[in-house]
Formats: sequence, C-alpha cells, structure tokens
Amino acid sequence: MPLVQITSPHAHTSQSTSSVMLLVALATLPGVAALTIGFGWGTITNIVLSIIFALALEAGAVSLRKQPIGFYLRDNSALVTAILLGIALPPYASWWIILTGMFFAIIIAKHLYGGLGYNPFNPAMVGYVVLLISFPIEMTRWAAPLELVSELDTSGVSKPTLIESFGIALRLIELPAIDGFTMATPLDLLRQNDALMISDLKQTYPQFGAQGGLVWEWANLGFLIGGLFLLYRKIYTWHGPVSMLVTLSLLAAIFYDGGSSNSGGSPMLHLFSGATMLGAWFILTDPVSSAVSNKGRIIFGAGIGALIFIIRQWGNYPDSVAFAVLLMNFAAPLIDHYTQPKTYGHS
Amino acid sequence: MRKIWDIHGGIHPPENKAQSLDHSIEFAGIPAQLILPVSQHIGAAASPIVQIGDTVLKGQCIAEAVGPVSVPIHAPSSGTITAIEDRPIAHPSGLDDLCIVIDTDGRDTWHQPPSSRDFTQLDKATLVELIHNHGIAGMGGAGFPTSIKLNVGEPNNIKTLILNGTECEPYITSDHVLMREYSRKLAQGIAILAKLVQPEEILLGVEDNKIDVVAGLQNALKQHDFSALTGKATSAEVITFPTKYPSGGEKQLIEILTGKQVPTGSLPASLGIVCQNLGTAVAISDAVIDDRPLISRITTVTGQAVTKPRNFEVLLGTPVEYLLARSGYNASINNRLVMGGPMMGFTLLDITMPVVKTTNCILAPTEAELPTPPPAQACIRCGLCAEACPASLLPQQLFWFAQGKELEKLEQHNIADCIECGACSYVCPSNIPLVQYYRASKAEIRQRDADMQQAEHAKLRFDARQERLDRLEAEKIAARQARQAKAAANKAAQAGQDPKAATVAAALARVGAKKSALEPTHKAPASDPAPDATLATDVDDPVQRAIARRATQQQADTANPAAALQRAVESAEARLKKARLRLTNAEAEQDNNVDAFKLAVDKCQSKLNQARAALDAHHAAKNL
Amino acid sequence: MFELILTNPFLAAVLALLALGLVFGAVLGFGAITFKVEGDPIVDQINAILPQTQCGQCGYPGCKPYAEAIASGDLINKCPPGGEAGIHALADLLDVEVIALDDEHGMEDIRKVAFIREDECIGCTKCIQACPVDAILGAAKLMHTVIVSECTGCDLCVEPCPVDCIDMLPVATGKNAWSWDLPNPTVNPSPIIASDREPGRKDAAA
Repeated sequence: MPLVQITSPHAHTSQSTSSVMLLVALATLPGVAALTIGFGWGTITNIVLSIIFALALEAGAVSLRKQPIGFYLRDNSALVTAILLGIALPPYASWWIILTGMFFAIIIAKHLYGGLGYNPFNPAMVGYVVLLISFPIEMTRWAAPLELVSELDTSGVSKPTLIESFGIALRLIELPAIDGFTMATPLDLLRQNDALMISDLKQTYPQFGAQGGLVWEWANLGFLIGGLFLLYRKIYTWHGPVSMLVTLSLLAAIFYDGGSSNSGGSPMLHLFSGATMLGAWFILTDPVSSAVSNKGRIIFGAGIGALIFIIRQWGNYPDSVAFAVLLMNFAAPLIDHYTQPKTYGHS
Repeated sequence: MRKIWDIHGGIHPPENKAQSLDHSIEFAGIPAQLILPVSQHIGAAASPIVQIGDTVLKGQCIAEAVGPVSVPIHAPSSGTITAIEDRPIAHPSGLDDLCIVIDTDGRDTWHQPPSSRDFTQLDKATLVELIHNHGIAGMGGAGFPTSIKLNVGEPNNIKTLILNGTECEPYITSDHVLMREYSRKLAQGIAILAKLVQPEEILLGVEDNKIDVVAGLQNALKQHDFSALTGKATSAEVITFPTKYPSGGEKQLIEILTGKQVPTGSLPASLGIVCQNLGTAVAISDAVIDDRPLISRITTVTGQAVTKPRNFEVLLGTPVEYLLARSGYNASINNRLVMGGPMMGFTLLDITMPVVKTTNCILAPTEAELPTPPPAQACIRCGLCAEACPASLLPQQLFWFAQGKELEKLEQHNIADCIECGACSYVCPSNIPLVQYYRASKAEIRQRDADMQQAEHAKLRFDARQERLDRLEAEKIAARQARQAKAAANKAAQAGQDPKAATVAAALARVGAKKSALEPTHKAPASDPAPDATLATDVDDPVQRAIARRATQQQADTANPAAALQRAVESAEARLKKARLRLTNAEAEQDNNVDAFKLAVDKCQSKLNQARAALDAHHAAKNL
Repeated sequence: MFELILTNPFLAAVLALLALGLVFGAVLGFGAITFKVEGDPIVDQINAILPQTQCGQCGYPGCKPYAEAIASGDLINKCPPGGEAGIHALADLLDVEVIALDDEHGMEDIRKVAFIREDECIGCTKCIQACPVDAILGAAKLMHTVIVSECTGCDLCVEPCPVDCIDMLPVATGKNAWSWDLPNPTVNPSPIIASDREPGRKDAAA
C-alpha cells in the first residue's frame, strides 16, 4: 500500500457525530412513549411528519449549497431537530404547521447561518417560536389526556387510531369537534388562576397529576431518564441541565407562597410540567448554540431556568422553554467571553 | 505515600503495549549503510568534519557542534564515508536534509574502546563537557541538547529532579523495557544527574501500567548514596500514578508530581525543577562512565503490520527499512508508517529514512488497527475536546478562530499553550484534524511575528537612511548659502561699507541658511499627503529614481503577459547594449574590470536569449 | 407657564425633545472628552501594516508615502509584498471592502533576498546607493555583499547593477521553516453561504 502523510494523532475514538445524534434521538424514546400513551398517536404523527419534512428540506438546502447530500444527511442533526420539534408541537398538529416550523428550523435557523455548527440559535426552538407567534390558536390547542377524554366521550372518534391520526394530521379527517378533545394544560390553568389555592386548583381540574400535570409528569420523567442516559454516556456534562433545574426549583420554592392563589406552583409542579425536562436534557444541551465552557454552561443553564420561571409566572405565555433558550442563545457569546477557563500555566 | 495530583482532561486510548513487551531488548545488528542526519536535535545543525572516502571508526566524531545550542554526531559503527548529501530525513515534512552516509565494514572497530570512569571524582564542568561532547540530546521528545538543560550554574535553585518514566503514548514500550532491563545503568545516570543539578529530591514518575518495573528500580536506586553526591539530604523515590494520556508531557508530569504548573512561557527551572528522559539518563551514564558516545538507542517496532513486534537496540542512522525487515514487516497491509506513537508521531513517506536520537518507536499499523480518518464533519461544539484538553484550553473555539485565521483571537485563547498532544482530535466525534489546525495557526503566528519584526527593522533603517540623505542635502544647501553670503559680505566690504554691518549680515545669512537647511528634515515625513511618482524624479536619490523607473515600467506593462515578456526582451537588449558599450569603453581605457564586463556581456546575451525563447514559447502557446 | 405646557401638547413634545437632546448632548460631549482615545494617527497605523520593504511597487517612493496615499483615499490593493493578508488587515483597519491585489503592481511572491555573486562584482557602489534600507555593504572598487538579515527583497538593486551580478533568491526553506498547512475542508464548487467558501478564496460576491 502507498504510504500516506497524515497529521497526528493517528488514533481516534469510534464515536462519531452521527452516532451521538442518533443516541440523542433514541434517548427521547421514554418521553415520547409517555406522551403517546397519555395523549394518543398525535405525538407520533408530529414526529413522523417532522422527520419527513426535515430530511427533505435538509436535502434540498444541502443540494442548493452544492454539497454532498448523503454526507450531510448522515450526520443525523436534522433528525434530532425534527424529533424535538415534533415533541414540542401540540399533538395532531396539521401538516402545514409542521412544514412551516421545519422550514424555519432547517432553512432559516440552520442553513442560512451556514449549516450545522454555525447556527447561533437552537433550530427546533426557532421553528417552535415562529409557529407559536404566527399561529397562537393552533399552537395552544393541546390534546386532552386520553383518560380524561374517555370520561367525556366514548364514541371512538375522540380516540383516533394511528391511521386516523395521520388522517387528522394531514387534515383529511377533521379534528374531532367535540369539546373535550383539546384541553387547557396545567400550566395554562396555573397562569389563568387568580382565585384558587393551588390545592383547590388541583382538586378542580383533572389535568393535574400527583406532582405535575397528568401525563406531563410521566413525559417529564421519561425525558429525565433519557437525559440521565445521555449523561451516563458522556454525551454532555451535567452543568447546563442541573443548573437550569436547580434555578427553576429555587425560584419556584421562593415564590411558592404557601400555595396561595398568587402562587407560581410548587417546585415539583414546575419540574414535572410542560417542557421542563425536555428543555433541560434535550434543548439547552444542544452544544452548538450553548455556552462552551463548564462554568459558562452553569450560567447558561441558570439563565434559562430563571427565564422559564419568570415567563411562566409573570409572562404572557404558559410555557416558555423555547423563549428562554433562544434568549440565552443570544447571551452565549457574551458568557463565553467572560468564562474562558484558566489555561495551564496562567495564573 | 506521597501525594500525587491530577491533571485536567486526558484520555484513555487503548494501550496496545503488551505486543512488544514479550521479548527482551534485541540488538538490531549492523546494517550495510548508516545514514546520519547532521540535525537530529533542536538548534544549529552539526557540521561534518569528515570527507567522502574517509574511513571512520565506531564512536569517532564525524560532525562537530556549531555554536552553543548544538551537539556533535559520532559514527555508530566502523566503515567508509560514501556520501555527504541531502537525503530524506525523519521529519513530518518528508523533506531532505544533509546526511552523512557510512558504508559499514561489519568489523565494528572502536575508535577508542569504552573505558570505565569514576564520575564521583569529576567536577561539574567536566561532566557537562562530557555530556556535550558525547552528542547527547533529549531522547524523548524534541531533542534539546542535554548539556544546556543541565548547565544550571552554581549555586542553583533546583529542588526537584524528575525522571520521566511515564511513557503515556500507546504502543511505545522503549522506556518500559529500559526500566525493566537497564535499571542499573539508569540509576547510575540518575546519580550523575543528581551530582550535576544537586536536587533536594529525585522523583522517578512511572504510570501504574508499568508496575512490574518499580521494585527493580527501587533496588537500583538504593545502590547510590544521593545525599553524598548532592551534599543535601536528597531522597530518591519511584512514584506511580494512574495511567492517563498525556501524563508524560513534561508540564503535565510536573503537575502530577508536584502540584505546580509551569508558568506559561517559562521553563520548569523557574520552579526549581529539572525534568529528564530515561533514555537520556542511560545515555549520560554511558557517556560519563563508559566514555561511549550516543550512537544507539532503544526503539520499539510494533503494529499489526509486523509479525515480530519488539524493542531493538538500534544504531543511530539505521534505515527504518532494515528494522522493519527484521520484524517481519508486511508492506501490503500497511498504508501509514508512523515514527513515534499514535498520538504524537508523524508519518513517514519513505522507508529508507534513518532512526535518529529521538526515534522511540516505529509503528506499522494495519488499516483496521488505525483506520484512516473519515472526512471531517461539522463541529457541533460538543465540548468533548475541552473536557480532554490537558492544558484547559477551549479547542472548539481555537478551531473556530483558526478557520477564520483570527490570529489575535487565537493568541487571546492561549494557543501558544497547546502542547499538540492530540487528545482533542482523538475524542472529536466529527473527526476534525484539530491539531493540524493548531500547528498551521501557530506557524502562521510565528511567521507574522517574524514579518512584523522585520518590517519594524526595515522601517528604522529606511528612516535612518532618509534622515541621512536629508542631512547631506541640507548640508550641501547650507554650504552653498554660506558661500553666497560670504561672497556678498566680501562684496559689501570691498564696496567700503561698515565692516561690522557686513559681519552681522553674514551671520544673519548663516542663520537663515541653517534654518532653511533644517526645515526639509522637519517637514520630510509628512510633506505631501499624496506625492506622485514624478515628484520622486526631481530628487537626486537613486532609490527614488529606481522606483520612478519601475512606476513608468508598470504603466507600460498591462495584465497582458506577452507585454511583460516583450518588455523583458527589450530590457535585456538594452542591458546587452549597455554592457557592450561599457566593455568597449573599458577595453579602450585598459580597465582592470574588462573581464567582469566581458562576463556581463555574455550573461546579458544569454538572458536575452532566454527572454526571447520565453516570448516565442508564449506566442507558440497562444497560437495553439 | 406650566398650565400652558399642559394644555398645549405640541409645546410639551417640543420641550421634552429639547430637554432630552440637551441631556444626551451633554452626556455625549462629556464622554467624548473623558473617554477620548489617544490613537495613532491613521497614517502610522496604515504604515504599521505595510511590510516596509520600501520596494516602490505601489508607485510611491516607499511605504510611508503609500500609507499617506491610502489615508487620503488611494486603493489598498497596490502592495504585492503585503499580499492578501496585508489587504485584509488594511480593510479591517479602514473598514472597507477587501479587494483583490492589483496585478498591475506585481504578484504576491515568496519572500526573496538579494544575493551578490561576489566574484563578479566590480565595486561600483550603484547598488549600495539604490538600497532603501542600507542592506548592502561595500565601498568603491571593493567587493559588495548583501546583509541577508537586513534585506527586504525589494529588488531595487538589481536594475542599477552594471554587471548584472545580483540575483533574487528565495529565503532559505528547509525543515525548520516547514509547517503543516491548514486542513482543506470539503471542497465546494459554488458556495452560496459565507461559511461554504474556502478560507482564503477570493470571491466576486465577497
């Protein structure tokens, strides 16, 4: 064989960016399973349509940039973006919502900034926020937990099968018009509440579960498990997620106010409702758009935790992980500037 | 139990050391030809003192040191010098460099048979001289002349002598077998080092994957009374610490053993620490006690493309080809030949390259063993590299800035502290050749600094010259004006006016002249914001004339290459004519330089021919 | 008075704007004096970037005059020894577009130094006079030589030599001068995104 000239090192780990991304995608499984069991096939249709659109858009963008399509699709980054956006969208989101979201995520937020590694903002969250601002009605109509649906209506239409779900997502079948098919989420209720004690609130609305929201607490637990798995596989360090969760819990504890009608809800409610765990373990850990050093990631995570609580408590949106993450993405370069670690031999 | 510290980052690549540890050190034998590069160390290359055809004996000095940072080179075996020429050398560039080639005679006759010497009786200066004269340069990494490192002066502030037995790179076992089999010599070398630098403690750092050698080393060290050698209560200890790459980096080892970090830009000596490689210690023992110069070393030959991996005692200058042949090398399954280890070694493009003083390993892996890295994917800033970096750098940021050639940002992020260990590239999931980015960027920073220094220097000289020319010009004007004033005064005096008034007038004129003479110097640098080229011709300065000439030329010349060639022909013709004219003048005047002018005419003629040929070729190419 | 303002919103707006203008004007004026940056004059900054070869390839008699010319609006692409890196640095400093080197003034070349073939030198001192940095040593009727470390490679000495004994030789390269190049990332034939462009490649769209 002819000898080649390559720079050292000559040894490499077998871990590749593609496999890291695939691992992240797999780690969402427990959470996705919980969502599917709790809310029906809507989450699956979201994810499947997202993946299809994401890969098509990615391939289109890469070919426009005259780069090898297969090489870039294989890095699985579009797959992860698609899955995360698919999870974040309300179940049974219509195809054009998903397409619009994926367009903003893949084309605007990623490729126009130079592709993977160059995007200053988390693509999935950009897509989500654009949708949330553009289509507030569609985006806040979250499916009701199946067990509550069954209490209201047992006609069968309200619990679509997988095939029917795709029909609904493609809007070939009308979304079941019955009242109970969509329902305010626990965080919605919490924000709107100004009269009831937290305990009364929980009594009044069946959407609340033992700790967080019904189904939501299981989904959050699923994402927590997935995140711990990724942590164990050393895909990322603990600094960002732990810092975010601690900050959120601390603020929730400070403003718990004994569960009064002004209360922002208990720390456990915050940790196990909405997109808290998804945000902590899958969104803010997106390395491209976060701070780079460990110290920086602690600050980054804490900022997100604080922003989530502030927006949930006093803001106009029930959940706020996407806003918080994007706002801190802005701050990441500044954080990096001030948290450069001390190099060997420098005092 | 002594406290040991941990370093930031580090990685645990597969060690692959067992393959080459089964056998004891084997003498590689005397190859038919030895190729000795004159530059096997950092610093000035040695200068050959033998000629082609000379017969040399084993251990005879064949190239002497040039300047203080240099070491001599000795013949590793007896034979005849057959060539002193550029040959491919062991260097990442694959470039050629001056080598002395010896065809060995196989008799291996000593120039001066090794004797035995009692080093305890020698003073420091003699020891340093012996180490220098026996050609010893650091045998671990860069090959820095050892005598300089050890010439610490008297009194010195050296507290700790560290012997680096870490050998953290995968595959390499040359230090391991050295500790296993040469522990007595090693201890002797350490004793000599102790006498030289007089440390308060001697630490031999060994990674815990070489635990089998510790007992032997401790026994060997016990044979020496270090306190007597140093005059201090010196202790010598073997310290083991957990295996981790790159613990064997000098700075890393110092941190592991002492908890101190070598300040950036300074040497370990500033902390009172001297660090030495084990091979170097053994070579020092050979040089000082046995009077044997550095003519061989221990080199590991390993990798799956050789059937008999092991450690050889190799004569310096032995071609890699020879070693591989002795190890059962299968070239058909090897596409990457590495000198050094898999983390920091460099690839060889030519198997005739010789083993040099710093060659600790020849690694011949198969493709399956060390696969060729796939094309680099995008950096996702995962931060694994920052986790692995032993210098606590941010490799992902450095990569970013290196891509954009932002040299200042790179410096702010301390690229100078990168030890190029390769841990970042090793862990990078996107297979980015990070180390190559850093090496190229460092070279660019060095080049920029050198250029800036050069520019600054040139500016000073240019300004000085300008000032001198202005001064001369001013003096000329002043002299002229003074002459005129004097003439006027004389005239006035002759006219019979008041002589006093004439003197005053003359003085006034002088002052005026001086003033006007000084003015151009003051004004010169910023006289005209946009001076054009024609202005330059007004001044009587050859530089400006040359520049003006060039400016007119450039105006005539367009982007059209034919015109440039045409101009070259014309200028050659003009020069030829001028040269001929000068020659005839010179011949007429019987000038001494007639020969020189003749040569110039010939040369101009040949240049003209060349220019014409180029022009013709250009036309021909255009017509095709 | 106060009532007049309250009843007359237009006046209130004008007054408010006026007051704001005064306050901010005062702040800015104060800042301009307090935080005044004592920078190099622009000519010196430009001159510091120019390579100081004093070769005159730009058409000006030396680097300083060219620096002055740039400061008063000349193009930044007339310095072949400074090359592309120099143009980038100047573009950064002056905040103008990067433009390609004007090849009318010569091409970017590897660094060279003058070398006098000493046995052919007749000692005419013409090159000594032509050297802008006094890098040639010698006297009339005596052999001349170039001090390599001082030579900027401007080649102004080549032309005046009557016996043509001066060569421009590349500065010694060897293993000590060698270094790894930046890796070449995936090659893109027609990049439309900034980061797709190969580093160092000049693009019409740039």
